[in-house]
Amino acid sequence: MAVKLLGIWQSPFVLRVKLALSLKGVEYEYIEDDILNKSSMLLQYNPVYKKVPVLVHNGKPMAESLVILEYIDEIWKNHPLLPEDPFQKARSRFWAKFVDDKFVPMIIRMLRITSDQKDNAAKETREILKTLEGSLDPNKPFPEDKSLSFMDIEIVWVGYYTQMLEKMLDVKLLDDENTPLLNTWFRVVLNLQVIKECLPPFDKLVAHYTNFHERHTTVC
Amino acid sequence: MGGSEVVLLDFWPSMFGMRVRVALAEKGIEYEYKEENLPNKSSLLLEMNPINKKIPVLIHNGKPICESCIIVQYIDETWTDKSPLMPSDPYARAQARFWADYVDKKVYDASKKTMTLKGEEQENAKKEFIEILKVLEGQIGDKPYFIGESFGYADIALVTFYCWFYTFETLGNYSIEKECPKLVAWAKRCMQRESVSKTLPDPKKIYDFFLEMRSKLGL
Repeated sequence: MAVKLLGIWQSPFVLRVKLALSLKGVEYEYIEDDILNKSSMLLQYNPVYKKVPVLVHNGKPMAESLVILEYIDEIWKNHPLLPEDPFQKARSRFWAKFVDDKFVPMIIRMLRITSDQKDNAAKETREILKTLEGSLDPNKPFPEDKSLSFMDIEIVWVGYYTQMLEKMLDVKLLDDENTPLLNTWFRVVLNLQVIKECLPPFDKLVAHYTNFHERHTTVC
Repeated sequence: MGGSEVVLLDFWPSMFGMRVRVALAEKGIEYEYKEENLPNKSSLLLEMNPINKKIPVLIHNGKPICESCIIVQYIDETWTDKSPLMPSDPYARAQARFWADYVDKKVYDASKKTMTLKGEEQENAKKEFIEILKVLEGQIGDKPYFIGESFGYADIALVTFYCWFYTFETLGNYSIEKECPKLVAWAKRCMQRESVSKTLPDPKKIYDFFLEMRSKLGL
């Protein structure tokens, strides 16, 4: 097939790319890689980072989810993801970077968190989410399947993986007092058909990361 | 036209701020440069970049754009009449974005470690830093610039570190040119462009700045 996506089911970066392809109705072949036993295909296509997602279009590979998203948006012009206006485009890119720079390291930290550090980390996560809420315009209607944008793709996965962390660590992160707009936004958007079809199964995600957490925090 | 349409909040030794200055020069854009007296951040900076509170910030018609790579893309997408900074082919554009992102993810942190660590840790940091530069050198290869014949976005992302090489080398007691001759040749090629040579400060000035900053911080 002209479009191949190398991924792993649990990765939020792969999810971003799946959402973009899905929104544009692009047919692709999905290839599940093995994080513990990386395929030679992955090492050949992404020698720099050796990570998924990797998109291969007409034999040409590219890596890094945000780079891939912009490429997808330039090749398949239907359902544009990034706004036309350069300032709004810059704004979308800014929030994508914010999520990558602040939220991603926080998830990584939480997946290895010990019980004595949990409350502090939870507090910091809530602060990050509070800042993220500032990206939403309270006067704008919530997106629908046909209006989901680059920024929506960026923010929606944060909601899903935060819910996963809450369940896994028994900690409150999505607090209605702290981030009422963001929480409502997550509830609505995570329920959209096209999003639901791409999300990895919640219980499987919780089980997977609970197992990861136990392995990384159990002292032998 | 009253007042400045384009304002840049910046700090002269910042390689990130320099990226924006190079892009503005490539496009021939007139702007007002405002030097931030870091660490005493101005109220304008805090207002325009409340989330990260960092320079550079480009203010265009009163609206702020933050993060140097995002600003460079904004400049390219707003002033389209000359000097395109991105290639026109989507796959080449993806390559340019990938490599600028690689520079952002890897170069600053690795270089900082070479300057702040000591002993064996510094040796390891130097090895890591050289490895990263070698990857970048490998990507440039025998091409004049990162993505081909034209100077652009990915080149801008990395070249502003060139004026800091003297500082890295002096503190680490090594020669980047010896380790990565093709990379330095590329940097010198970029320096033949006025936008780059007029923007990058003298490497000795950068070194003096670093020493002053280090003694102020009591390190």
